[in-house]
Amino acid sequence: MTVAAPTRVLSLVDAVGEAMRQAMEADPAVIVLGEDVAGGAGRGEEKENAMGGSFGATKGLFPLFGPNRVRDTPISEAGFVGAGVGAAAAGLRPIVDAMWADFTGLAFDQIYNQASKMSFMFGGQARLPLTIRVAMGSGLGAAAQHSGTLYAIYAHLPGLKVVVPSTPHDAKGLLLESIFDDGPVMFFEHLKLYVAKGPVPEEPYRIPLGVADVRRAGSDVTIVAISAMVDRALEAAERLAASGTSAEVIDPRTVSPLDLDTIVASVEKTGALVVVDESPPHCSVASEIAAAVSEHAFDSLNGPVRRVTAPHAPVPFTPSLENAYAPSVQAIVDAVGTLA
Amino acid sequence: MIDGQTQLALYRTMLTIRMFEQRVAREFRTGEIPGFVHMYIGEEAVAAGVCAHLDDGDYVTSTHRGHGHCIAKGCDLGAMMAEIYGREDGLCKGRGGSMHIADFSRGMLGANAIVGGGIALATGAGLASSVRGSNQVAVAFFGDGAANQGVLHESLNLAAIWKLPVVYVCENNGFAESTPAAYATSVPDVAGRAAAYGIPGVIADGADVLDVYEAAGAAVARARAGEGPTLLEVKTYRFMGHFEGDPDRYRDDDERRTTREHDAITSLRARLEAAEDELASIEAEIEAAVSQAVDFARASPFPDSAELERYVYPL
Repeated sequence: MTVAAPTRVLSLVDAVGEAMRQAMEADPAVIVLGEDVAGGAGRGEEKENAMGGSFGATKGLFPLFGPNRVRDTPISEAGFVGAGVGAAAAGLRPIVDAMWADFTGLAFDQIYNQASKMSFMFGGQARLPLTIRVAMGSGLGAAAQHSGTLYAIYAHLPGLKVVVPSTPHDAKGLLLESIFDDGPVMFFEHLKLYVAKGPVPEEPYRIPLGVADVRRAGSDVTIVAISAMVDRALEAAERLAASGTSAEVIDPRTVSPLDLDTIVASVEKTGALVVVDESPPHCSVASEIAAAVSEHAFDSLNGPVRRVTAPHAPVPFTPSLENAYAPSVQAIVDAVGTLA
Repeated sequence: MIDGQTQLALYRTMLTIRMFEQRVAREFRTGEIPGFVHMYIGEEAVAAGVCAHLDDGDYVTSTHRGHGHCIAKGCDLGAMMAEIYGREDGLCKGRGGSMHIADFSRGMLGANAIVGGGIALATGAGLASSVRGSNQVAVAFFGDGAANQGVLHESLNLAAIWKLPVVYVCENNGFAESTPAAYATSVPDVAGRAAAYGIPGVIADGADVLDVYEAAGAAVARARAGEGPTLLEVKTYRFMGHFEGDPDRYRDDDERRTTREHDAITSLRARLEAAEDELASIEAEIEAAVSQAVDFARASPFPDSAELERYVYPL
């Protein structure tokens, strides 16, 4: 639910921090676990909380909630993600900070075989209110093992919900909703969006999972973009408008569940679809959206669905390659051009 | 000294597990039970001796060989049997089967078909207790095969630094499927690995339920007192193959016979001071309960295929 006319601005990383603080204030079952979420654990008042998370999202929590609820973990992803799963099964509402999306590989069994299947496998008796937060994305020179997006991997798995906010406002509302969801949620925060500021209401609010946001209305082409690609799609839409093409830009906000209704309705109106996704294309969310639209709105399409994605490659280090990795504004404009 | 009533309760739990599983094995051979079943027969003293110290508020995580843990934790036999039969009235509404029986209302957080899969979960259940300050204890049951999974070592470290109320119970039956522990594990005693985490490592004899009961009692008391985790290794004996239908060619007849000489049920029965007719009536009661469980399972419908996607997300 969106609150009218917010005036305060926050960065996405601070919006995420505020959501966690408000969730912890609202419910004593909410805890935060992860590497360096406070930092300097056990070193006494001066040094504890020296880090506040690798990206600063959890910085405000330790002084308010202390070491019982804000727990620095050893570098043991399988151990502490699995402990988060078990704690959720036993009635807590943990937020696990796994730092980088790429690191979830170390805990994949805990997420895939344990968390995602627990509700189903046990016939609906398990509530598993677990949120796993990760940072992702290219553009920081962090190279192949600190940049992967991976949301497609998790969106493939029944039982998980997968959230990919693109604004500080959405990040706060979606994170509060994720924390209070009774199932496991993977929450992907794009590093390139962390510092960008936007209006964020101070009071707690929630945005339902599975509801896309039409960020810009248009009539000639639908552009669906994910996470940091939304800003690029909006910029592409500006350029296209200058040349007389009206683009509608949709941010799904969650890739599982996926708000196909909003996307299909838009394509039925525009007759054209471009999907922008920073992940490699093979078996990607872009592919899923393309396939689903082909299935449900084929008669409305005036041409093929275009996917604008990263190449089928890990994220490279050197700027000359990394700068060419994620879809550019021009690539989006060009893709729309092929449909004209 | 363990009083007579406790001994009788341990006997009853072990015999229930034994007779329940003998019936499962029998019905499995008829083809009535789908999938796979892994028999706990021979290892009953572990579940019985440990769970005797737990109540419904405490947690356990189990293994693919989990029927014994479920029974010892108080799961309903009929609902368990219906689950094994894949029926709608099963504890998991037929979605889980033998390898995924759970009953959260009794703190039974699931049998687990990933070797070592329950270890981190029990650690987390212990964390939940610790955060709440609620004195609940969590027990992770796992086999000697899981002793070589990295997640055990991560979990032992985590539980040790946070002094979590968790008891890690390694059921060392000597074989990970067909691979001998003597081959696959770098030390003769899994319990010895506790030293690497600065926690107690204790060995108990799985052929003697009273030994298991005493060792587990100390470990559970330590956990409940907030003194931290224990690694309890129980040397135990798997009478059957890895799964029902396993030709078991990695053991010879002598080995199998010797294994079956370590029977905690017959040895306790010989020591019990109860009258013979009391023991006979316990056996008759269990037999009736197991029969009722099978009747209950058979009477329950299979889940409707229209409900394939039900329960994927919590309601």
